[in-house]
Amino acid sequence: MHIKWEDIVITGDPLILSAQIGITLTMLAIVVGVTYFKKWQYLWDEWITTVDHKKIGIMYIIVAVLMFFRGGVDGLMMKYQTSAPEMDFLDAQHYNEVFTTHGVIMILFMAMPALIGLMNVVIPLQIGARDVAFPQLNALSFWLTFSGAMLFNISFVIGGSPDAGWTSYFPLAGKEFTPGVGNNFYAIALQIAGIGTLMTGINFVVTILKMRAKGMTLMKMPMFTWTSLITNVIIVFAFPILTVALALMTFDRLFGTHFFTISGGGNAMLWNNLFWLWGHPEVYIVILPAFGMFSEVIATFSRKRLYGYNSMIISIVGIAILSMVVWVHHFYTMGSGPVVNSVFSITTMLIAVPTGVKIFNWLFTMRKGRIQFTTAMLWSLAFIPTFTIGGVTGVMLAMAAADYQYHNTLFLVAHFHYVLIPGVVYAVFAGFYYWWPKMFGYALNERLGKWHFWLFNIGFNVTFMPMFFLGLQGAVRRSYTFSAESGFAPLFMLSAIGSLILAAGFAVLVYNIYYSTRYADRKISTDPWDARTLEWHTASPVQPYNFAITPEVKALDAFWYMKKNKEGLVLKEEELEEIHMPSNSWLPFYMCAIFGVVGFLLVFELFIPAAICSLGIFVGLIIRSFDYDEGYHIKLDVIKKTERAWRGEK
Amino acid sequence: MAKVDKSLPLEYQTEQSRLNILGFWIFLGAEVVLFATLFAAYGSLKDNFAGGPTPAELFKLKDVMIETLLLLTSSFTCGIAIWYMRRQNLKGLLTWLIITLALGAGFVFVEVNEFIHYVHEGATMQTSAFLSSFFVLLGTHGLHVSIGIGWAILIIIQLMKHGLTPTTARKTFIISLYWHFLDVVWIFIFTFVYLARMGG
Amino acid sequence: MAKNHENEKFPIGHIAGFIVSLLLTFAAVGAKLYTDLPMITVMWIIGALAVIQAILQLFMFMHLTEGEGQVQTINIIYAFFCAIVVAGGTIWVMTSGHVHY
Repeated sequence: MHIKWEDIVITGDPLILSAQIGITLTMLAIVVGVTYFKKWQYLWDEWITTVDHKKIGIMYIIVAVLMFFRGGVDGLMMKYQTSAPEMDFLDAQHYNEVFTTHGVIMILFMAMPALIGLMNVVIPLQIGARDVAFPQLNALSFWLTFSGAMLFNISFVIGGSPDAGWTSYFPLAGKEFTPGVGNNFYAIALQIAGIGTLMTGINFVVTILKMRAKGMTLMKMPMFTWTSLITNVIIVFAFPILTVALALMTFDRLFGTHFFTISGGGNAMLWNNLFWLWGHPEVYIVILPAFGMFSEVIATFSRKRLYGYNSMIISIVGIAILSMVVWVHHFYTMGSGPVVNSVFSITTMLIAVPTGVKIFNWLFTMRKGRIQFTTAMLWSLAFIPTFTIGGVTGVMLAMAAADYQYHNTLFLVAHFHYVLIPGVVYAVFAGFYYWWPKMFGYALNERLGKWHFWLFNIGFNVTFMPMFFLGLQGAVRRSYTFSAESGFAPLFMLSAIGSLILAAGFAVLVYNIYYSTRYADRKISTDPWDARTLEWHTASPVQPYNFAITPEVKALDAFWYMKKNKEGLVLKEEELEEIHMPSNSWLPFYMCAIFGVVGFLLVFELFIPAAICSLGIFVGLIIRSFDYDEGYHIKLDVIKKTERAWRGEK
Repeated sequence: MAKVDKSLPLEYQTEQSRLNILGFWIFLGAEVVLFATLFAAYGSLKDNFAGGPTPAELFKLKDVMIETLLLLTSSFTCGIAIWYMRRQNLKGLLTWLIITLALGAGFVFVEVNEFIHYVHEGATMQTSAFLSSFFVLLGTHGLHVSIGIGWAILIIIQLMKHGLTPTTARKTFIISLYWHFLDVVWIFIFTFVYLARMGG
Repeated sequence: MAKNHENEKFPIGHIAGFIVSLLLTFAAVGAKLYTDLPMITVMWIIGALAVIQAILQLFMFMHLTEGEGQVQTINIIYAFFCAIVVAGGTIWVMTSGHVHY
């Protein structure tokens, strides 16, 4: 393949040029700043080579917030372009690139890292463990996700962004119709990040099954832990499907095979089938941890035990199984016929039932509770009616015959934003406000939090509610403009105004993070919400080894039980032992770099250099195999000092 | 390492080992779905010959039976190697592990020759959808076997260097699981890709 | 937890597993190449033989039930469920309706 210099460094487009300049300046500023403050050693020791789940979680969250910004700007650009008929801010090609990157970033590089980040921080603490089962693998997961994210993001300034939608349908995604490197970036960056996520799945399944504190049976686990367990099971069984689908796409684009390309007997619909076999479980992968977080927040701020624990578990297990048998509802109109469509309509309508059960359980948890309207609780309260709107429009879409009318209109777009944003994004925000004090030792400002909440919630509804009606009137998705005669203009304008309010809400969040980091009180309780679960029985920020003595669990809501019965709260120093910790490792970061280089070379179809550099991956694996490092021990006097410091406040 | 349980076989004795072995079984569950997806693609595209070579023209029973017997025997010899490991017999373990690798290398050699033969007959993965899916399914399996051979060599070096410890025993057990798994996958390749379409 | 075969003088389980696997393989070859049964019957027979051999090897070679045997077994069962949904489901969807050409 002939790569020209102009493909690599894109000039002539003001947006891209300013992005190139911006990225270069930012990187320069970071390098200069870190050097000036002499923080390279600190960065290397404390963050780049860490295997501590809490720090890895924070790094995931930082990536998620940064990616939220880019994905949000993509959204704003789409809204601006469609705010009036025949706007020429983005032409059709650019619009395609923008909605593609918006989708990929929001789902794979914002939602997934945010949720996996919060799971990383909280789960080992909630189960009373000192780390995950495979700490170094955990670091590798983060660094591979980071590698994939960086590779994907670079496409904007080098080579060109992918442009076939986040779903990358063939034949458009094939070499014949998109001959540039854009969709190569899609296939390879997502592949790298996907490997990281699969590793996370394995890690957390083993951690939750095998590393719970004594006395914490499966039926005494917190709900967030349960949903995380099921989520990670789904990850283990769904992500390999994506691995294969992307590999087949890569082969078609790079090596001339005929999986999805019609010449030679390939079948474009096979891509849809394989993509959605992964894609549907993926949406449950993002929603289940969110449900778990809402369960924690609602129970804590209703000052009541979560209602219907057993039915919650049956529901999420049911969702796990059903999520594997609904995927065709994403392409009813592609021609699989009435029998297939009917079967999948039924399974799709069935899967709404367990979620409905959960909504009732949350409502019953709040009934006769003493509600505290903290910011975290506000997000949970808004979630219930708004997500329900998303859910019932989903049942409308589930009916295959009716879907022929709704499919690929803005009605569909509104539906999935009404489940993803109130479902996942509100949960992430609730999780931030709830667990921020535990992660950092200070809380996010509640007053700013309420501004963030109201702006974002109102903005969200003003943006997306009109799109239901636009869709019913016939406005289609992924279309860069519309005519004045269509009559769509007023609602599109209303939606665009909503997006500005949304943006303001996000800006308040960013300001809140800055403001609170600078001014918030650091002398707060380690249990500021009077919460129910074990992660609150630690210092804030949490001590490196999590628990000096792993707690013994007597009941569901283990920490609440300990507080009410005044058991297990006092540390008996004579029972302390040295604590074994795993060593830091530079290998995960090295793998990030190598995968990034190999990925980049493959994107540009430089096969011989890619093959040579991929030897570096094997070198990394060999080094790991010969690593017999046994970690180190934290001495008793350090443990005693740390424990006295945070317990002294009680 | 805490919680050492000497009543168990060597590879299960430490807490970390028990975690690693469970983790690897879960990884194998993921690999089952990976291969299932490759089978799904093959199953959808297996009749799309695009005017090119068909299975009846290409597949030779003799080669396929040799490959099957080599791999199956190597899975058996791998089991014998672990049997020796459980009797703390390092020499027996190493001997049978090396035999396993030799049989595995034989499998790869025959398979590579098979592919070269196909290419000479004008059947490449670019020829048709059937051949694309055939080569990628078989190639993925063959790549897994080749990586397994490399991995096993690393383990053999470590066994010779450190002897039989709970850690090296665990590593050996895990690669034996991987090796057996590849034969289980081959059963399905043999049945549904080759045997189902041989003239007879 | 682990079945300790340490008292065996001879790896009888492995040898039995190996011989039965060989027999199942040859039976499949025989069913396909040396009988006149209709194709659909042959497919069910060799498919069943494959599944039996796989399960046999999971138990006899791979010690599925040792260690965290319960979790491992559930894991493999769910993996096979997903495999059938993925492979079988794909083939069903792709050969139904107007898609199939």
